Amino acid sequence: MIYVGQRLLRAILLLAGVSALCFLFTEMAPGSFFDEMRLNPQISPETISALRAHYGLDQPLAVRYGRWMKSALHADFGYSIAYNMPVAPLLWKRTQNTLLLTTTALLLTWFISVPLGVWTANWREGLLDKTVTLASSFVISVPELVIAVAVLAVAVRWRLAPIGGMTSTDFDGLSEWTKLQDLTRHLALPVLILAVCESAVIVRHIRASMVEALDAPYVHAARGFGIRRARLLFRHALSAAANPAISLLGFSLAGLLSGSLLVEVVCGWPGLGPLILEATLSRDLYLVIGGIMFSALFMVGGNLVADVMLLAFDPRIRREGTNAD
Amino acid sequence: MVDNSNKYLLQVHELKVTYFPANGDPVRALDGVSLDICSGEVVGILGESGCGKSTLASALLKMLPPQAKCEDGSILFRGRDLLSLPERDLRAIRGQEISLIPQDPALALNPVMTAGSQVSEVLRSHLPLNTQQRRQGVLDLLREVGFNEPQEIYSTYPHQLSGGQRQRIAIAQAVACRPALLIADEATSELDVSLQAEIVTLLSQIRRQHGTAILAISHDPVFFAGFADRMAVMYAGRIVEVASTDVIFGRPLHPYTQALVRIATSSVVTGAAKSARLPVIDGETPNPTSLPVGCRFEPRCCERMDVCSRRYPPEFMPAPLANVNCFKYGEHVD
Repeated sequence: MIYVGQRLLRAILLLAGVSALCFLFTEMAPGSFFDEMRLNPQISPETISALRAHYGLDQPLAVRYGRWMKSALHADFGYSIAYNMPVAPLLWKRTQNTLLLTTTALLLTWFISVPLGVWTANWREGLLDKTVTLASSFVISVPELVIAVAVLAVAVRWRLAPIGGMTSTDFDGLSEWTKLQDLTRHLALPVLILAVCESAVIVRHIRASMVEALDAPYVHAARGFGIRRARLLFRHALSAAANPAISLLGFSLAGLLSGSLLVEVVCGWPGLGPLILEATLSRDLYLVIGGIMFSALFMVGGNLVADVMLLAFDPRIRREGTNAD
Repeated sequence: MVDNSNKYLLQVHELKVTYFPANGDPVRALDGVSLDICSGEVVGILGESGCGKSTLASALLKMLPPQAKCEDGSILFRGRDLLSLPERDLRAIRGQEISLIPQDPALALNPVMTAGSQVSEVLRSHLPLNTQQRRQGVLDLLREVGFNEPQEIYSTYPHQLSGGQRQRIAIAQAVACRPALLIADEATSELDVSLQAEIVTLLSQIRRQHGTAILAISHDPVFFAGFADRMAVMYAGRIVEVASTDVIFGRPLHPYTQALVRIATSSVVTGAAKSARLPVIDGETPNPTSLPVGCRFEPRCCERMDVCSRRYPPEFMPAPLANVNCFKYGEHVD
């Protein structure tokens, strides 16, 4: 329990640090939301400074940060100038969509990576191993954007799946079952792009830790006791290889999230990605900071989940936890 | 104890194993090793590190690393040649008929599986038992290898156990399916002396109760005293002397055995700390990539003769049940 508490405390400190950096960098960035208004001769400089005062932008950085912290503690995360409403509810709607996309992609990624990693570690230097290594090198070295566009191009050419948005235009009129089918079809492409890019990395890690576990003396000893190959792979080696893989899970969630911002923009998925992009372009300060904070929350949350899973899986970490008591 | 009228359990004949490293010359680790083991017999293999004794242990279960090859010879276990058996049949033999007690108990147990489940895994892979029976079987085994509270040990993880306890778990795994032959490859070398004695007592007890033959491998002659019926002394990939343990300790035949036994017994008597300099055998073991044509111990031997460097000595039998490859014990007509 102390272990989880420590991790939680660390996560909170990390989030505070991220928010401070966000403020610092947005302060240093040129331009503001009102730049365009200034060019408009019909809006007087007084109106603009009144607006600035209204949103508290005339205050020094420290005061603004303090106010924002207070608002964050009230779960508002500041006020969007463009949408004229608190940031949190605005982000929350989009976050749900992003979460739907990333968790589906995460599940698919691990569904692909674990068996493939185990298989390639078992048949080292085999045909599948070589193919997977080559393919993953290719996917890692090609920018995600290119892969996304390529997948979209293929999908358009053969009309494989709908592109853009989350639902069809007649979504509201559909029955529950067809609604689900419609949503799945729209999910397919962005999930596929994310899962392919992420699997390329994860497969390699799983293969590496499986190779290490398979070469370990305890797996050799178990083989000497006549334990079946399949059992050795999935019960003995995989459980020992799970530790690094689970740590990776937390990172992979973060990786998926940053990847998903891009994929969302490319595929027109109404998640956090397009919102943050739009907010950045229009200098909607608090929306940008809020968006980044939500992303950071995801990442920290993912790592926290991974830590708790490690605790459940690895008896050696459990001991560290009890020693700290 | 030795009863040659018994049918042999294991017959190793002229076994040759060579390592082919990715870069470098091939190394002949075993160069024509022959050894017979009867049911219920304890045979000790004595030799320095690098003499090929661990290669022999892995070869018997056909578990050599991929760069090693069995080039010649045969391993007959109950009349079947293990070297020509497919992997599927070998798997059924491993753990059920021949079991290997691993070298280092600290590394040989899976860190993320409980002690009990690791023993249970062995039962599971050979015997058709249900969960309840398996659990009971594991508890009985744990009690047999000396745990008074098997219930508690069942659910502990290796890192919570001491070195001696880990070795007992490994032994429980090895004897789980009542194999006819146990191979103990330096099974106690990682443990301190009092624990070594306990493990040897445990192995003797297993042998008495179940008639298990044991092939024990060690670099320390003292390990075999009062434990092994016969001993084979290995030097540079060959067995140079096979005799009963009494002969090895009382009247060792081969000059190498004599030196080994002298060193081992002198360190017991005087204590390592008291003697200013530990007794050693002068010289070094031969380079395994370029072995001498004649007797491999010849360069270090203080009783060497002309013939020793020219030909490898054949097997002589100067005393009943004592075979030795040394020209001291036979005429050497050129």
